[in-house]
Amino acid sequence: MLLLSYLERRKSTDPNTKGYFEKNGKALGTFFICAVGFWMILLIILPYLYMVIESFHPKLPMKLRGGPTDLVTLDQYKSFFIEPSSGDWNTTHFWAFFYTIIVSISVTFFNFAICYPVAFYLAQSGKKMNVRFLMLALVVPYWVNEILRAFSLRLLLTSKGVINQVLLAMGLIDSPIDFLGLNIGLYVGLSYAYLLIMMFPLYNAIESLDKYQIEAAYDLGAPRWKIHRDIVIPYSKPGIASGCTMVFMLCAGSLAAPQFLGGPSTLWFTSIVYDFFFQSFNWPRGAAYAFLLLSACVAFVMITLRIFKVSLGESIK
Amino acid sequence: MNASVQLEDLSVRFGDFTAVSNVNLNIDGGEFFSFLGPSGCGKTTVLRTISGFLAPSTGRVTISGTDMVGIGPNNRPTALIFQNLALFPLMTVSENIAYGLRIQGFSLTERTKKADELLELVALNGMGTKLISELSGGQKQRVAIARALAVQPKVLLLDEPLSALDLKLRQHMRTELRAIQQQVGITFIYITHDQGEALTMSDRIAVMSDGVVLQVGDGRAIYDNPTSAFVASFVGENNAFSGRVTRIDGNLAQIETSTGNLVGRNPKGLSIGDKAILFVRPENLNFGQTLGSVEFEAKFNSAAFEGNATHIHLMGAHGGEITVTLSRSDDFNVPAKGTSLKLSYQPALGLILADGALASD
Amino acid sequence: MNSHIISRAMIGFYILIFLTYLFGPLILMGVTAFNTPSYPQAFPFEGFTLEWFVKLWNHRAMMTGLKNSFVIGVGVVFISVPVGLAAAVIMSQISTKLRGIYYLVAVSPLLTPGVIIGISTVIFWKDMMGMSVFTKTTFYKGTILTILGQSSFVSAYCLLIISARLQRFDKALEEAALDLGASFSQVFWHILVPFLRPALFSAGIIAFLMSFENYNTTTFSILADKTLVTVLAGEARQGTTPALSALAVVIIGTSILGAVFFEIYKRREQKVKNQEAA
Repeated sequence: MLLLSYLERRKSTDPNTKGYFEKNGKALGTFFICAVGFWMILLIILPYLYMVIESFHPKLPMKLRGGPTDLVTLDQYKSFFIEPSSGDWNTTHFWAFFYTIIVSISVTFFNFAICYPVAFYLAQSGKKMNVRFLMLALVVPYWVNEILRAFSLRLLLTSKGVINQVLLAMGLIDSPIDFLGLNIGLYVGLSYAYLLIMMFPLYNAIESLDKYQIEAAYDLGAPRWKIHRDIVIPYSKPGIASGCTMVFMLCAGSLAAPQFLGGPSTLWFTSIVYDFFFQSFNWPRGAAYAFLLLSACVAFVMITLRIFKVSLGESIK
Repeated sequence: MNASVQLEDLSVRFGDFTAVSNVNLNIDGGEFFSFLGPSGCGKTTVLRTISGFLAPSTGRVTISGTDMVGIGPNNRPTALIFQNLALFPLMTVSENIAYGLRIQGFSLTERTKKADELLELVALNGMGTKLISELSGGQKQRVAIARALAVQPKVLLLDEPLSALDLKLRQHMRTELRAIQQQVGITFIYITHDQGEALTMSDRIAVMSDGVVLQVGDGRAIYDNPTSAFVASFVGENNAFSGRVTRIDGNLAQIETSTGNLVGRNPKGLSIGDKAILFVRPENLNFGQTLGSVEFEAKFNSAAFEGNATHIHLMGAHGGEITVTLSRSDDFNVPAKGTSLKLSYQPALGLILADGALASD
Repeated sequence: MNSHIISRAMIGFYILIFLTYLFGPLILMGVTAFNTPSYPQAFPFEGFTLEWFVKLWNHRAMMTGLKNSFVIGVGVVFISVPVGLAAAVIMSQISTKLRGIYYLVAVSPLLTPGVIIGISTVIFWKDMMGMSVFTKTTFYKGTILTILGQSSFVSAYCLLIISARLQRFDKALEEAALDLGASFSQVFWHILVPFLRPALFSAGIIAFLMSFENYNTTTFSILADKTLVTVLAGEARQGTTPALSALAVVIIGTSILGAVFFEIYKRREQKVKNQEAA
């Protein structure tokens, strides 16, 4: 309502600033505002606020909610540090949190490293036909659902899986390697899942670089690796930042990969959140942990943007 | 049916910037009226104010006596032809032309019939089903005109419609537009920076600079009797000599310039001692002397042959360029560069105006 | 020149390995779909069979899931595309100062991990809908919550897609229509929407696809219902059967077909664009 009156007021001051309703007609104008209002308020802002509020509540059965015992509390957040039932330091969850973050960062770097050459080739050297075909080839696997993809990786990596079969048959190992238990499955799964997310921003950024700049540098005597370090990478910073932040966020928030490819001892923070909701029905605690996860993601994004000296607007592309 | 347009004390401001200031004009119904001026002089702003896309900061626009305040562009009896034509790319030629009729609720058959009539008027018979992308520049131009005429406006507004066309086409379209206007009989308000267009097509012209209307009149009046230094130098070529008035003799006056004492008409009644500029058109200058002419000297620089005329460029004693235009029938032997030549003109063809900014500044 | 050829070869080789990394697991899985053993196995290939496809067809839960996924997908499209359109139009009209915040809020769902969107959706609507018995029983369902939850970020994608196209719109066309007598809503429907049609179309398709294959958010918001994806997850967690491989083959097959059609459509659109530019 405040917004509406603000818009109405703007209409009258300068005769040449068309009022909002003047510009769009009453029916459409109302529709636009309602639609966007509905979306932003009911689907984004309020649910998020509710989750944050929920995280400040104690865990109570349905009947006691809203009653006298339903006080604002930091217990849920505290529980992250100190296990409520035993009073000890909550090392498991702590460890899970950092493990998740570190693995996500590593996967991000790994994906960047292996995607960069392909992105560069696609963007700079390929002939039109080749490029389109390659693009298509890259996109098709992603039409397959992430769960099926994780599943297919599992087929490869279990003790009876293909890779072990091949290695055994070639005589390189004596007994099957437990890829899954060693969490290698998890790493590969995460990397595999978000390969393209890194590829596309990278490709877009490099593609807009004028090919002649590279040739000019080469002509001036710069070796290839220096060209990449001094010209290509600084130029594609927004794309790199964009790809890295997306991969990180998707990794940290990933559910499918740890669920299907993690070994029994794997502790993934997001899975813990999942369990709070579906196993112990401890919504407030789940909400608190979710908020911690979100903060970590946002912090990472901010830091990355700062390091790369890129603004938020640029990286969204 | 046509309408007259009145602009009363019209001013349009954008924040601190005044685009148009205090314009007072009366445009008659059925007239072909042009606004002429360099880019940024405010003519587009005036047009958009008349058509309803801008509201005046002060003053008002009335059409046939009705105040247009608060009436949007979709409710005014005007139609605008945009500079980039703004034809709807996803519709055919016929659909474009008939769009205004579709808004008014005519049936498909009626619309197609009307569109075909208009296509005939603009000499594009049978092209109704083509897409806009298939047309040439000149053809698109005519579709834009047909589209505007379809809604039977009382005033047609044209925003530099010919600027994107090449020379031959432009000249052809000038005559066509004028013919269409006289056939349909509605008021045309036309803006351009090309004085050739304005002079050949219009009944009257308003010359604008920096948001102000400097002079209004028909082509002859503007060309032969400009009332300000800007108009004198903007419309057509003109040689300018600055100096001070030293003598007055009836309706003639003499000014003292670095080139010498020059005589010309003094329509503005300047007094002795006033700073003034004397203007002589290139076609009114001759070499040598004749009875009663005013004479001075200049150094020859170069000669440029332009088909039906030759332009001789000389350097005057005042340090400025002087141009003389000779028609093909005149003889001229090209001398060495720097040769001093005698120039002359009839005093009545010289014009003395108050000192002011020239168009080239 | 020699080093050039070598580096070329190296790059080619690298890309080959890259593609194997991408496609390998999927191809393998495809093979297991046709292999007889009840445990997905590629080697040794014991016998060609289609029984897993039949089992797939008869899988009751998966079919229900499929139906739900479809319904949800359609629901999401019907919400997200109009919202995206409205958001794009408004964004093009507000002042640059407001635009920064507006953009931030609009794009925030894209940056939020899916699980958080799912969680917050459930928490919020549980309270909202719990306000009366009527709303609770009619609306508090997995399908509806999922539609709402997914729409939050799918709308953001629609906004971006439609906005990109909207920016290339020539304002003069709008003015021309107005000048010819159209009202604002007529300008919208006659001029703006036809122009945006390709973007609206892509937005719709992308919205549906994103909704269909979404897992992280849907897991939380689906409550007691299921979508194809959650059924899949359930099955994959419990054990592995080649029926899942069969499903993968079906999906890959459909996607390749879809990709081919898409290519053809794009080629045709390119031809039209080349004409328009001329």
